[in-house]
Amino acid sequence: MTIVGLTGDEAVAYAVKQSRVDIVAAYPITPQTIIVERFSKYVADGEVQTGYVCVESEHSALSACIGASLTGARVFTATSSQGLALMHEMLYVASGLRCPIVMGVANRALSAPINIHGDHSDMMGSRDSGWVQIYAENAQEAYDWTLQAFKLAEDKDVQLPVSVNLDGFIITHCMEGVDTLEDEAVSQFLQTRKPLFTVDPEKPITVGALCFTDYYYEFKRQQVEAMQNARGVLDKVCKEYKGVAGRHYGVLETFGMEDAEAAVICLGSTAGTAREVARKLRAQGRKVGVVKLWLYRPFPNEDVGAALGHVKAVAVFDKAISFGARYGALCSDVVSALHTLKECPKIFNVVFGLGGRDVQPADIELIFNEALEAAKTGLVKEETVFLGVRE
Amino acid sequence: MVTLKELSTEELFASGHRLCAGCGEGIINRMTMKALRGPTVIVAATGCSEVATTIYPFTSWRLPWAHVAFENAAAVASGIVEAYNAMARRGAWNKKVDVIAMAGDGGTYDIGIQALSGALERGHDFLYICYDNEAYMNTGIQRSGATPHGADTTTSPAGSVIPGKPEWKKDLIGICAAHGIDYAATASPAYWNDYITKVRKGIEVDGPAVIDVLSPCPLGWRHDSARSIEMVKLAVETRYFPVYEFERGKYKLNFNISRPKPVEEFLKLQGRFSHLFKPTYRKDVIDEIQQNVDANWNRILKLCTQN
Repeated sequence: MTIVGLTGDEAVAYAVKQSRVDIVAAYPITPQTIIVERFSKYVADGEVQTGYVCVESEHSALSACIGASLTGARVFTATSSQGLALMHEMLYVASGLRCPIVMGVANRALSAPINIHGDHSDMMGSRDSGWVQIYAENAQEAYDWTLQAFKLAEDKDVQLPVSVNLDGFIITHCMEGVDTLEDEAVSQFLQTRKPLFTVDPEKPITVGALCFTDYYYEFKRQQVEAMQNARGVLDKVCKEYKGVAGRHYGVLETFGMEDAEAAVICLGSTAGTAREVARKLRAQGRKVGVVKLWLYRPFPNEDVGAALGHVKAVAVFDKAISFGARYGALCSDVVSALHTLKECPKIFNVVFGLGGRDVQPADIELIFNEALEAAKTGLVKEETVFLGVRE
Repeated sequence: MVTLKELSTEELFASGHRLCAGCGEGIINRMTMKALRGPTVIVAATGCSEVATTIYPFTSWRLPWAHVAFENAAAVASGIVEAYNAMARRGAWNKKVDVIAMAGDGGTYDIGIQALSGALERGHDFLYICYDNEAYMNTGIQRSGATPHGADTTTSPAGSVIPGKPEWKKDLIGICAAHGIDYAATASPAYWNDYITKVRKGIEVDGPAVIDVLSPCPLGWRHDSARSIEMVKLAVETRYFPVYEFERGKYKLNFNISRPKPVEEFLKLQGRFSHLFKPTYRKDVIDEIQQNVDANWNRILKLCTQN
């Protein structure tokens, strides 16, 4: 193992290089650019055998990836924000044709107004596209998850595309010490892709046929099953990864949850700040905890229930708005996971960080205080807190 | 030019598909299959050919066939071509496979032009065939960038003020040639050996190639379905659809129509132009079309003689 200084984007590019990917088809967009820049340098220097298809749009990026994936190749792409929105149509085709493509998503706000900074509007807008969604907290996790994502996507019981999400700038551009594996260790963990079906003249198949009322539904039902399978396969993949990397991942990570009365649940880089605030508050004897979700789709209902079921109040952090809905996407999922419990905690939603608006430890402390208050009184003061907005 | 005896008797495009009687696409698909030189993958854009030949769980294709979406056949083909190359580099693939993308004029002239341009610029080794029936026939005959001036479609209806589509057809071959590719051509299925020869040429070219083949549509053109081939023959004989090719920087006219029939003869057999004849004879519009046909012919002739 070697510790190297890498930004989140560089860590992803390095993991893709080590994954011996056949095709990368991508289009540059801030803050994803470093991923494709680094990777094209690997290609230019002959460090990889990958075919780099430098396409003219994100729509074509994912289209080329789908074509490549159908041949049985290992495929990667990366995008962000408007690029993901432009891919939207193809996201559903990638999952519907069961292409195990891995995509790095440098999460960024959506226009308008245009903004290049990080929030989760992009991936949340693609929430129901049938992609497995993983959120990394830092560059190390972005590296580790990219390697694990290929194994998860390509598993015979999954065969679904996987997105590895990293917060724009906060993770993509922040340099950290990343503990990287040796190439041999990666090869040992991640073998060559073994596709179930391929576009091969020796065994002709028709892919992407027209399915009417008589068959379409069954295809969708199979996708539901594949998504459910991803939950179990993820545990298997994480266990194997621990064997080579020593780091153990899963669907979520908790901090201080054993005796917590009030908790925060969030995705991505926010977890680091929340954990530090919780550490400080716990040192003061206040019973707070943090749940960081690694896996957002499939949503790990039982795990979230087990992690949060015993607390009295939960603040759910959403870095995206679901306009016109009662809650943001994550909060709706948490409510859905908890409402069947015998005693459902009091839940409130925190919308934060939109367009990269900075969230300071003091902001999160404020929310912990609200949550502790709700735990004590059994009352939620404000159903949705728009944290840090100027009203 | 190929001869009938040289053609394979193998039918890789099976009968039983659900294309309309007299549809040009079925004929074009079958002819295309006769031009293959070896293992081939077909990438199809959304369109009539796709919806009528692969209604799950049936397929007309006895070779690998993939449909992804409407506007991206060229991009999907790029991915397939480069994936085979990449897998060959690591020793996991040792077959030579030809890749042919097929799309209608909607998927080529309009919504797919960006993906096509990108793929041509990048230079992937594949053939792109546009079956050009001059409108969005699959969705119910809406006008496209390939629809001719004066044609009545459901989104360029012949009204009391506007007599059909006001705009003129795009120059697809010019656009493709401007990318500096080695091969681009037009073709009419009325001249089967010319078309098959061109498909084979397009496959053999090392790099991207484009063929725009005129595809008669009895439903959209509103002509007798028994006269489809006659229609696309007339299109050539009236100089309405010049058949020519662009090969390594040089243009070549494949059929020099020295004594052209008036374009009116082509127009009057089709319902899409019937408003130009009844209730009043629109000499002004027909003359305009004839002038455009003449100008276009002269433009192409000039390109061909410049070599």
